[in-house]
Amino acid sequence: MREEEEIWRWLAEVPDPEIPVVSVVDLGMVRDVRVSPGGVTVDVSPTYSGCPATEVIEDSILAKLKDHGLKGVNVRRVLSPPWTTDWISDSGRDKLRDYGIAPPVGAAGKRELLGKPSVRCPRCGAEETIRVSEFGSTACKASYKCGECLEPFEYFKCI
Amino acid sequence: MDNKEALLKYTLRLGDNALVLAQRLVELVAHGPELEEEMANANFALDYLGQARLFYMYAGELEGKGRKEDDFAFMRGEREFSSFLLVEQPNGHFGDTIARSVLFSEFYLLQLEALRACADARLAEIAARAEKEIRYHVRHDAQWLVRLGDGTDESHSKAQASIDSLWRFTGELFAGDEVDAVIRDEFGGPDLDVLLARWRGRIAAVLDEATLSMPDDCWMDKGGRTGRHTEHFGPLIAEMQYMQRSYPGLAW
Repeated sequence: MREEEEIWRWLAEVPDPEIPVVSVVDLGMVRDVRVSPGGVTVDVSPTYSGCPATEVIEDSILAKLKDHGLKGVNVRRVLSPPWTTDWISDSGRDKLRDYGIAPPVGAAGKRELLGKPSVRCPRCGAEETIRVSEFGSTACKASYKCGECLEPFEYFKCI
Repeated sequence: MDNKEALLKYTLRLGDNALVLAQRLVELVAHGPELEEEMANANFALDYLGQARLFYMYAGELEGKGRKEDDFAFMRGEREFSSFLLVEQPNGHFGDTIARSVLFSEFYLLQLEALRACADARLAEIAARAEKEIRYHVRHDAQWLVRLGDGTDESHSKAQASIDSLWRFTGELFAGDEVDAVIRDEFGGPDLDVLLARWRGRIAAVLDEATLSMPDDCWMDKGGRTGRHTEHFGPLIAEMQYMQRSYPGLAW
């Protein structure tokens, strides 16, 4: 049990390659860690089917655990249940905001996905923001502009 | 046809549709009408490509002959691809691209929704993952069709012509064969008659909002399921498969 907790702490240092301020644990991608006499199994849920970072993340996890001297590490890709932004931790949301990315608003129900979320500016906190584009630099983000401070920012879409 | 063979064929069809549409959407990269659409369609292509990989990986396991995702994508000939004729149609102008996306993504979303509840656990979990992504595509595609249809006289007539000319490829989406029957009866998968009724309802609603009219019933082209493709397919896979054909086994 203690060993598993330690592994979780190490994994919390593995950054997301596209948004390095948050770790794979903050994003809720690490679903389970199991230690058995045969080795260590880490369950990882990809964020999107085509996320190009998935392989990089799996390699980073392997490298991190290898650095700590673990042998027989197996990273298992788990699709079910599908990853949702609801799994992003509170501290992950704070880190995103500090970095200038508005964290997802509300729960990932169908209504939130199809309705228009009220996204606050991560810089000045203003409520009046304008969606510039539903798609940003990556599949998981949309482009917004603040109506108060006029700064552009990205919004982590709720999915 | 036994269940396993039907499941393999069905999984390959899902992968083929996703891969071929991904390839078409990728052609828009650096050729999009504006930056936002460039990003949107590139991201959609990535979603489709990711889904194709998941389907192909599963197909390789079902087949059990050691074929991997790249073998299915790059080392099969034209007649071995079982994707719908609709998804291989050229991008044309932006209205053509959007019309193709609307007609296909509304169908695919219904198909995935039905597959989420099917008895094959792996297909159900891939469908659950993919459905979240396609829901976004459907919204985007429909919004654009409305913008074009309810836009200027010229955009309206072009959008109507796009829908009309692609209509003959929609019949085959619902013209199921033995494979579809096994998936429906043995795995609790989609019933294509039910899907057709729901699809027509959704398409009618989008067209209505876009001030476009639903095409009359017409002769329907078919052949995708059995690998008989339109003339546009050959050049598409020739470009897509070039690297693996020239340098077999090439890896990054």
